[in-house]
Amino acid sequence: MGGARTTYFLPRDLHPGAWWLWALGLAVAASRTTNPWLLLTILAVVGYVVVARRTDAPWAMAFRLYLVLGAVIVFFRVFFRLVFGGAEGSTIVLRLPEIPLPEWAAGIRLLGDVSAESLLGGFYDGLRLATMVVCLGAANALANPKRLLKAMPSALYEAGTAVIVALSVFPQLAESALRVRRARKLRGGTGDKRFHALRAIVIPVLADALDRSLRLAASMDSRGYGRAGTVRARTRLITGALMVVGLIGVCVGVYATLDGTTPRFLAAPVLIGGLVVALIGFRAAGARVHRSRYRPGRWSLAEIVVAASGVGVAVVLFATSSVDPTNLNPSLIVLSWPMLSWPPLAGVLLGVLPAFLSPPPEPPFAAALDVPGPQIEKVPA
Amino acid sequence: MIEWDQVTFWYHGQPEPVLADITLSIGEGELVLFAGQTGAGKSTLLGTVNGLVPHFTGGHLDGVVSVAGIPTHSRPPREFAHLVGVVGQDPLAGFVTDTVEEELAYGMEQLGVSPQVMRRRVEETLDLLGIAELRRRALRTLSGGQQQRVAVGSVLTMHPKVLVLDEPTSALDPTAAEDVLATLARLVHDLGTTVLMAEHRMERVVPFADRVVYVPGDGTVVDGVPEQVLRTMPVVPPIVELGRLARWDPLPLSVRDARRAATPLRADLGPAPRRTQPLTGPPVLSGSGVVVRYGPAVAVRGVDLDLRAGEVLAMMGRNGSGKSSLLWALQGSGPRQGGTVRVGGVDPKQLSSAKARELVGLVPQTASDLLYLETVSGECAAADAESGAEPGACRALLDRLAPGIDPARHPRDLSEGQRLALVLAVQLSAAPRVMLLDEPTRGLDYPAKAALGAMIAALTAEGRSVVVATHDVEFVATIADRVVVLAEGEIVSDGPTAEVLGGSPAFATQVAKILGAEWLTVADVAAALPQGTR
Repeated sequence: MGGARTTYFLPRDLHPGAWWLWALGLAVAASRTTNPWLLLTILAVVGYVVVARRTDAPWAMAFRLYLVLGAVIVFFRVFFRLVFGGAEGSTIVLRLPEIPLPEWAAGIRLLGDVSAESLLGGFYDGLRLATMVVCLGAANALANPKRLLKAMPSALYEAGTAVIVALSVFPQLAESALRVRRARKLRGGTGDKRFHALRAIVIPVLADALDRSLRLAASMDSRGYGRAGTVRARTRLITGALMVVGLIGVCVGVYATLDGTTPRFLAAPVLIGGLVVALIGFRAAGARVHRSRYRPGRWSLAEIVVAASGVGVAVVLFATSSVDPTNLNPSLIVLSWPMLSWPPLAGVLLGVLPAFLSPPPEPPFAAALDVPGPQIEKVPA
Repeated sequence: MIEWDQVTFWYHGQPEPVLADITLSIGEGELVLFAGQTGAGKSTLLGTVNGLVPHFTGGHLDGVVSVAGIPTHSRPPREFAHLVGVVGQDPLAGFVTDTVEEELAYGMEQLGVSPQVMRRRVEETLDLLGIAELRRRALRTLSGGQQQRVAVGSVLTMHPKVLVLDEPTSALDPTAAEDVLATLARLVHDLGTTVLMAEHRMERVVPFADRVVYVPGDGTVVDGVPEQVLRTMPVVPPIVELGRLARWDPLPLSVRDARRAATPLRADLGPAPRRTQPLTGPPVLSGSGVVVRYGPAVAVRGVDLDLRAGEVLAMMGRNGSGKSSLLWALQGSGPRQGGTVRVGGVDPKQLSSAKARELVGLVPQTASDLLYLETVSGECAAADAESGAEPGACRALLDRLAPGIDPARHPRDLSEGQRLALVLAVQLSAAPRVMLLDEPTRGLDYPAKAALGAMIAALTAEGRSVVVATHDVEFVATIADRVVVLAEGEIVSDGPTAEVLGGSPAFATQVAKILGAEWLTVADVAAALPQGTR
């Protein structure tokens, strides 16, 4: 038993799907409430887990960008209430002169009275959206996006490779743009017209990118990419149709599940039906692909724990919303401090479990500590 | 293993075939060197092995190329992935994934190798190439030599019968190149892989090669054992040139053989050539305490450097030793966190970039970054306008450096050497006193290097000073007055060329290895031989 416990906590990278399920669970939970206390708790939970389990990789460092994005969202939600009329409600906190608009813009109000209720509504709404965005950011920070693409079903392998290649193009483009801009300075070319200068940078960068992609294509071709791509047109059409129909079903199902006002028969039945059809399509397409995968991500106990804790949060908030909806969506008609009840709070706190119950990530460059660092010589920025 | 049977190949729209009626057969386990000038058709010939030519490049191929009995016209290149592994000149451009381990596994994933076998082969290959400690590193952060070894590894994991390498060491410093070549030699010995390799700096590969295929550029090939082919080839490594000069028979191909054959030559030689005295006079460019850093990483650590009028200074050192950063800092466009640079009493960093380039010109590593117009004449006209020179000045410079370039041609269609000449002319149109060249010899063949040497000599004759950062020892021996060697951002040795190159085994030229430190080039030896024996 002790042995099992030690191997459980050995540092390793979890299956990216586990982190995504966890984060989606929290995001779905956030979508069910506008209670600022709950939303802030979700943010705290997400932040804590990210700090505890992220690596030093560049994508993990992007988490703070998502936090900034969240803050921007909240700010704009409130700001728009201020600008485009926020007079719903009785507690007027700010009287601004209303700017008269022409006839054709009827229905839009610029400035004017601003009520506390409307500002608060904007804040709650913005905070909810921001929390959902931050949850997705957490998934990005915890799971290497490229590993997620690798974990896709083999039917989507080709699309996944295309995305991976496209992703690696951007840093290259940025690098060569930087290089060309510096080279441009060597020619002293600053005095000429804007368009001219732009062209002097864009042409070499694009030429460089085109060269690179041709060489990459040649390299991929000679390394066997697309070897197994010989499927008869008819079967390809059928599998393609199955996948598209299935995915549409899933989309409709998810929407209906999340939006309480749509008819119920569009929710679970369509979702499950879509999933089944899509899976059949994936299987049919994947069965023809003779390709294997190096060190595929495994689902073991830790992955289940992580995914379950995220899904658990969503389930608890769904359950409590049918029992006690008022605390989840505080009233905006009667201004009062939003209340917090124990069940949803405990539910949200479930989400923090991965910070303690998942193995720490493998340090990405641990093996590289004794070798010289990155080559800085090539890019004297 | 590989058969070319009456192969003729045209690119579309070209009047002359690149390959004309070639019949050639390469056996299993051979290491074959493909030699010839840039543009002679080496890469095309190598590309036919797995069918990239013509499946990928277009063009028309007559005749049959077959690998292990399978003709390449019968299926696309991807169906040859398990037979032929291809490694290109720029490994980074061919990488599909972003970490070492995944890159090694990529090809096997395409072949559908089972996960256990994949895991085992990746481990074996990591050990075979000595890159086990890099396994989780991002490919972009590796040095050039490491990247090239990963590129070799990424095709080796597929266990190909044939390995095709197109100039695998052209971007590497001498030590890294030795590493890669030694690895390849080991593969031939241990695994029996057939290796086909194109390489400009033949001196490194010739000792390992079983055969040499010389591609003269008229569509034919000359095939034979190295001694035989090298005897008649117009461009050869210094060791062969020395052997021809001394009429050694059989022609020695390794330094060790040559040293044994050289005893009578040493007796015949007159006194060692007198080196030019170090130039004196006030420095044209002087830097002191130059510091360049990128965040916590220090690229240049307080370097002092003086450059006199008419001097050619070679800057050497391994990849990442701070050569480029120092050049950019001296020019004034690059970052410089400390120290001073004075050119004629002014700091070029204080000036606008247009003014700075009138003091110091720099040709960067990727020279084509400076070019953006569709024709050579357009580039020349733009350069005249940028430098305020009278129209035609840049073209006149270009004609002196590399005569006869068609003004209507697109700069990207020029050969490496011609493009370098064009960029040099563009930069010279501002008439700087000091010219800095960052790795200009990259991708140049012997004639192009000789032409570059002549350009540099012409510049110094006008009293300009030139700094060349390069890995090419033989090139440095022919052109430089003085050599500085950088390591970890510091100057570790600085002195006349003969002293620095002769005094260290890592930087010694082939001739110096054979005859001793005071002889650097074949020209030195030829000059010291009495008339009768020449």
